[in-house]
Amino acid sequence: MLTKTFVINCAIGLHARPASVLVDKAGAFNSSITMKYKEISVPLNSIIGVMALGVESGQSVEVSIAGADQEEAMAAMEFFFEKEILDL
Amino acid sequence: MKMISGIPTSKGIGIGIAVVLGQNENFSKFIGQKITSTEIENNLERFDMARKATSAYIEKTKVKASEVLGDKEAQMFKAYKMLLDDPILNDMVLKNMKIQLLCAEAAVIEAVDKIKAMFLAINNEYMKQRAEDVENVGKYIINALQGIESIDLSHLGIDSILIAKDLTPADTVALDKKHIKGFATQKGGKTSHTAIVARTLEIPALVGCGESILEITSGDLVIIDGELGVLMLNPGKEELEEYSLKQKRYLEISEDEKMLKNELAQTLDGRCVELVGNITVPEEAINVLDKGGDGVGLFRTEFLYLDRSELPTEEEQFKAYKKAAETLGTKPCIIRTMDIGGDKRMSNLGIAIEDNPFLGYRAIRICLKEVEVFKTQLRAILRASAYGNLKIMFPMISGLEELRAAKKIFEEVKTEAGERGIQFNENIKVGIMIEIPSAAMIADLLAKEVDFFSIGTNDLCQYTLAVDRMNEKISYLYNPLHLGVLRLIKNIIDSGHNAGIKVGMCGEMASEVENAVILLGLELDEFSMVPSGIPAIKNMIRKISFSKAKEIADNVMKMENAAEISAYIKEKFYVN
Repeated sequence: MLTKTFVINCAIGLHARPASVLVDKAGAFNSSITMKYKEISVPLNSIIGVMALGVESGQSVEVSIAGADQEEAMAAMEFFFEKEILDL
Repeated sequence: MKMISGIPTSKGIGIGIAVVLGQNENFSKFIGQKITSTEIENNLERFDMARKATSAYIEKTKVKASEVLGDKEAQMFKAYKMLLDDPILNDMVLKNMKIQLLCAEAAVIEAVDKIKAMFLAINNEYMKQRAEDVENVGKYIINALQGIESIDLSHLGIDSILIAKDLTPADTVALDKKHIKGFATQKGGKTSHTAIVARTLEIPALVGCGESILEITSGDLVIIDGELGVLMLNPGKEELEEYSLKQKRYLEISEDEKMLKNELAQTLDGRCVELVGNITVPEEAINVLDKGGDGVGLFRTEFLYLDRSELPTEEEQFKAYKKAAETLGTKPCIIRTMDIGGDKRMSNLGIAIEDNPFLGYRAIRICLKEVEVFKTQLRAILRASAYGNLKIMFPMISGLEELRAAKKIFEEVKTEAGERGIQFNENIKVGIMIEIPSAAMIADLLAKEVDFFSIGTNDLCQYTLAVDRMNEKISYLYNPLHLGVLRLIKNIIDSGHNAGIKVGMCGEMASEVENAVILLGLELDEFSMVPSGIPAIKNMIRKISFSKAKEIADNVMKMENAAEISAYIKEKFYVN
């Protein structure tokens, strides 16, 4: 299992648009991906779960990935949280 | 016949047969409805079918949305689809059926309510909207469970008027312009999503009509007047004839306006003035261009602050300003810094109820006290200035001290932005509204320190004449043609010109043809008004010479009272 912490850098936080892109992305992998924020963990295939966390800008989240394609999935998550999210 | 009034949001006249939506949306009867364990299987199956039908419905609407409104609006339906497919939602519904023994409808209602509560617990505007999205998706599923196809609005009969409690964005998108002649909703405000879409599609619409709208039943004959903000239920023969004529005239005027769109606002002897629009939300900037305007003379930014519990972020503001800037390209867009207070109250700035709100803590007075709030807005405008031709305007300036204090803060913001390497237009123009008599009197002093003036006649009149125009008993005294007001206006224009700066006007006065001719003669440079008013003023300017307008203005300034002036203008206009 791979685990990594990311800081949410986009100004509006993890709201609908960034959340939908993230869930879309996570859905492309076979591994099970979860995100933890303030001790609550949600599956990354649920947009409701992600939005309900209400992660604001500047907060950090912990992403855990387990499965056959976990490396590729983590690379995609890194790309999302470090680059892509800035344009959303 | 019965008249119902609402908030006019999209102009035009609509005549048609009422189609009342949402009569089947009374879902409350399902709440808590139980099933027996033998019925579980059947309910699971029904839910599965309903989900598939809803999925197809959302997909269809999404395609339609990208055709009608573009890909950006269509994004919303992608979010709907994700909500529909969401494992948390589906798990909850399944558990509600299997363990709680709720029928499929009740299971959906219960799950949707729970998710809504989760979203609403995050106390922010954005999530409130998302809670509505979840609710809409829930409605679609329940409709499908009931075998009611969420009405396919693209296949309504010819000449229908839609009547609804509220339209979901999906409903509005699905409207087919050929068949829908208008719509009216019980809820909603002028800047709601639904209203904006209606304006984009140019469908006559009223929102916020209140409960009386519930009296309408499908099949009633309905007229919607999107200009006056009235709906006529089952009109008589006379009204019907009158409105058919009005509709025809409206369409003719629209044709004439289209002809004028690309023409200059130039007098017969060659003086060009700027005709620009007043806007309330960035989406309206496109309307200004459609009406042949040269830009935006007043972008009110209050929509960002009102009806919410938190202050708008810099990012949110930046996006709104950037959108207007990009829509207008090289054409100017004057952004007025927030003008909260007076009749526009806001809960999150600690503005108390005052005895005299119009003479109270408002606009620039708040900004100079809540410096961080002010700076956030200025930073957002500055950042957006890299994307178009933005200008900044401060409202409610009463004297030099306020102007200097505001400019000082703006300079600080500019310096900070420069240090942080942010891109912006270094030469962004800064102007002020002249709407307080004291400022009008010292316009010569103020003119030396700003790039432009814009006369706000609504407040200038009320302060100069000491008339509250909302007070019906004295509203007859409210008249911008009072010579006390006209002399102030002349002083402002002349003082601006002596200092070499342009003078505009963004009050209602500029949009009335008979007043505008005087303003033209007084050498006003820029006329800013509600976008739909632009063609009529352009038409007037193109049919008169500047020398004639000057002569009219000269004569007007020598008269004694407003009644005399009105009579004189009417005579000049309609005889020539």
